[in-house]
Amino acid sequence: MSATRVDGYGWSLGAATLNFSWDGTRYQGREGDTLASALLVNNVGPIGRSFKYHRPRGITSAGVEESGALVTVGQGDRRDPNVRATTQTLYEGLQAYGQNAWPNVRYDAGAINNVMGRFFAAGFYYKTFFGLPPFDTGSGTGVWMKYESLIRKAAGMGSASTAPDPDHYEHAHGFCDVLVVGSGPAGRRAASVAVQSGLNVWLVEQDSAFGGTDLSATDNRQQLIGQSIAELEAAGVTLLKRTTAFGLYDNAVAGLLERVTDHEADPSPWLPRQRFWTVRATRIILATGALERGYAFAHNDRPGVMTPSAAATYLNRYGVLAGQTICIGTNNDSAYRTATDLAKAGAVVTLLDARTRLQHPQLSDAAKAAGVNVRLRSLPGKALGRCSVTGVKTAVLAGREWRAQSRIACDALLVSGGWSPVVHLLSHRGVRPVWNETLQAFLPGETSEPISVCGSAAGYWSEQQCLDSGEAAAHDAVDAMAGVTGTATISVPLGWDNPIAPLYALNIDTRSGQTKAFVDLQHDVTSSDIALAHREGFVSVEHMKRYTTLGMANDQGKNGNVIGLALLADALGTAIDSVGTTTFRPPYTPVAIGALAGPHKGSHFRPLRRTPLHAWNLAAGGTLIEAGLWQRPWYFKQTNESLEETYSREARVTRQRVGLCDVTSLGKIAVQGPDAAEFLDRVYTNPFKTLQPGRARYGIMLRDDGMVFDDGTTWCLSPTDYFMTTTTAHAGAVLQRLEELLQVRWPELRVHVSSVTDQWAGVSVAGPLARQVLEQCVADAETVSDAALPFMGVIDTELQHAIPARIARISFSGELGYEVYTPSGFGPEMMTQLWTEAQAVGGCLYGLEALNTLRIEKGHVTGAELDGNITLQDAGLGNMGASSKAYVGSVLKDRPELRREDRPSLVGLSPVNTSERFNAGSLLYAPDKVGGHPIGWVTGVTFSPQYDHWIGIGYIEGGATAWPTTDIVCTDPIRGAQTTVRVSTAHRYDPEGARVRG
Amino acid sequence: MIKIDCPFCGVRDHSEFSYGGDGSIEWPALDASASDWVTAVYERDNIRGKQWETWHHLYGCRQWLLVERDTLTHEIHTVKLAHSGCGQLSR
Ligand SMILES: [Zn+2]
Repeated sequence: MSATRVDGYGWSLGAATLNFSWDGTRYQGREGDTLASALLVNNVGPIGRSFKYHRPRGITSAGVEESGALVTVGQGDRRDPNVRATTQTLYEGLQAYGQNAWPNVRYDAGAINNVMGRFFAAGFYYKTFFGLPPFDTGSGTGVWMKYESLIRKAAGMGSASTAPDPDHYEHAHGFCDVLVVGSGPAGRRAASVAVQSGLNVWLVEQDSAFGGTDLSATDNRQQLIGQSIAELEAAGVTLLKRTTAFGLYDNAVAGLLERVTDHEADPSPWLPRQRFWTVRATRIILATGALERGYAFAHNDRPGVMTPSAAATYLNRYGVLAGQTICIGTNNDSAYRTATDLAKAGAVVTLLDARTRLQHPQLSDAAKAAGVNVRLRSLPGKALGRCSVTGVKTAVLAGREWRAQSRIACDALLVSGGWSPVVHLLSHRGVRPVWNETLQAFLPGETSEPISVCGSAAGYWSEQQCLDSGEAAAHDAVDAMAGVTGTATISVPLGWDNPIAPLYALNIDTRSGQTKAFVDLQHDVTSSDIALAHREGFVSVEHMKRYTTLGMANDQGKNGNVIGLALLADALGTAIDSVGTTTFRPPYTPVAIGALAGPHKGSHFRPLRRTPLHAWNLAAGGTLIEAGLWQRPWYFKQTNESLEETYSREARVTRQRVGLCDVTSLGKIAVQGPDAAEFLDRVYTNPFKTLQPGRARYGIMLRDDGMVFDDGTTWCLSPTDYFMTTTTAHAGAVLQRLEELLQVRWPELRVHVSSVTDQWAGVSVAGPLARQVLEQCVADAETVSDAALPFMGVIDTELQHAIPARIARISFSGELGYEVYTPSGFGPEMMTQLWTEAQAVGGCLYGLEALNTLRIEKGHVTGAELDGNITLQDAGLGNMGASSKAYVGSVLKDRPELRREDRPSLVGLSPVNTSERFNAGSLLYAPDKVGGHPIGWVTGVTFSPQYDHWIGIGYIEGGATAWPTTDIVCTDPIRGAQTTVRVSTAHRYDPEGARVRG
Repeated sequence: MIKIDCPFCGVRDHSEFSYGGDGSIEWPALDASASDWVTAVYERDNIRGKQWETWHHLYGCRQWLLVERDTLTHEIHTVKLAHSGCGQLSR
């Protein structure tokens, strides 16, 4: 191939020269070039290696449908694989690399696969590795395991960087009356008409420039495009280029990807690399154009084979003449104009047309006048040359048979098998395209959604019809927005002056099977693969597609799908429309994962919740840990302490003296109204109507199916005002559930619920000296005396400096304990008061880790135990289920299966050898049957300063009484640990509860 | 993207809402028979076409809504408040 820059062409080129590198070698291109046009004019040789066979590949198109020139752009953490060189704008310093080749795309050791080709035909992997893992796990000899890494290395595209993506991405939202996709003649006309009618219009274009086919036109239309865009802008159209509408969704919502800085050498650091738009339109007009396809013939994948329209684009837009001696094969009229252009630009052009005669010879005559050698009944039958095209073996139509004829030397081979309208976006809406036999193309089907299709996307090939259809689509939109029935009419697509001749594959090679004719270049799917799939019974298009992997690569079948369908139809002896079509799904072109994630990464992945005591906890030396969305104190380390030493000290000091812990994150819900007590009585398993003002009660909620949902204490402030606390984890779900019950099921109850979690700061004060500390902090010490505030009592009172406080005497630790709440803003002051007094009596601050130690010693359940599969009985809380009333879940919790004695129930666990530790998540087995389904599991472990060894809590079949003296095997297969444990009651510390009443 | 016309908040994206479940369930009394409860909790029709669903406007007015949605097309035909006491309220 010997491409050259031609003076007087290249409407898009600027003056500047740009330096770039390809596989480490420096080259030069021009401002306005794409990477593809710059590689083409530099005649760099093969640009890619194919997926399976490692065949050399070159540039096949000038757009998003590119199948050959997939390259890697950038280095290090900005390495971007599988970039289509045809859509990558060239910039100063761009670094691009070939991929799927070793040592490089010119000399690729993997090309041996090409010789071994018959081993890699459709279904090779299925057949070779059938009966072996991973296709049939549990049997086989590991052959797959052995070859997997080799196969994965040999077959593939580029490799992504494994480093974190250093770029940032933005999410944006847009709203408009009409979204027009595509800025070719039809799209611009539609936008213009719509905006003149007073609608709010967006026009988006995936290319780096507006204009669509006008950019590649024979005559220079830069001024015309510029003028029409300026007019649209002046009229108020929102214009986005480098922006792909990659998907359409319900209710005229479109997903757009705007490539903000991918074309820039030195992007501004405060610009996002890409912007992900969600656009909510009222109407959508698709002017997405059509893609030219080739046909399958021997070696049609050789570098130098491309579509005529691509060659026209390279010449007219980029000023690059693809070759000096050019052969064109076509079955339709569109290639004639290109042939004329190329000849006028200085190439020697031979055009082979499959058709036997042309009724309207104007285009042909013009081509001939420009010096094109036109031959009818002829086609390229086989591409010659290895790493680039050196010629073609022609085929000639003799009767109904194509026969090999002669050789023509050429350095570029352009083939057109027709045009495929871009119906992808409509297909995203589940609208099946309809086969048009006259046009040999799938046209958009009918839809009841507010979407219109115009231009060549609707099968209009002539410019006038494109403009007319764009106008009609806009009038449709205007009428629909005004609520009137559309009056716009548009004629049927007229096609070419000379009808297209069906052409999908050509086989003139007598040694059939030796040469490959590609249907899908990207996945190396050949015409014989389709035939093989058919022979083996894959006669449904969906099966054929999966068996051969046709259309499953980067281009998602933009080129090969129609050809594959036609070949399958041929094999089945039926028409294309009865074979059906495959469904295109979003995205139309690849979308970077980073763009989908947008700003939601790292610490912005989800919202962060800080308690009002956050700064206080940090200043006090606390280390914080994530608990759901919350940041909670984990432990308060003193010098040289390990984590285990720290929480052991905190737990010990709390048991012996007093400890303070930030418990703000507990869910808090105000339950108010005349029927509040009745409501709570239905929601909780135990009675609540009897709860008196000034008293709190522990309660458990079940789901409708009888499983435990959540637990917490509810404080009665007055007969119409209750303060409910929930677990941190379920705070949101409980509120949502209460709202559902009140609104959907029991609208008769006059109750209002609202979250007050953020309104209150809470501190747990626990330990034998807790009351002593509290007495110093409240305005009147008498309010917290044992008589005034007994166990489960609640008071509203004041701390020092008139800080309002709400105190309940409740305990999670098993010690004398209080939960003290103040309005959030007073939180730090409350903590300072409490800490001053606690410090004076040798108390400590404690975090989640010690909280866990205390509750495991005590046998209190929390999130890990209440995992949604647990009944009251399982959790050892059977006595919490009142028999005197009905409540949510009361009926289904008594299903026989849930009442079985041998269900796993809550137990305490201790290692037989007390110097050993074990892990949460371990599985429990009886000693005579280790392996398989376990009899229990461990939900939590801690080192217990109280017992001076590791203890755990978990579930085991039948509970503690079923295994009184058995040595249970506790295994942790993931971390490779095994310990022998004994089971006991979970409630091992102060089971009578004397300490909380102290 | 599904859009739901909340009687309080107007047309909003479905990402503001949380799907509840089958909106056609007649919830039995709390002390009804086990078989009534099994029917209500577990027995669901797998409808192709219009069905009633409950949706919660979680990041909005926090009202539970009854939504008549076509499972095939995602088209939403009716939206009303689940709470019967607010039935007369309209925008
Ligand atoms: Zn709402």
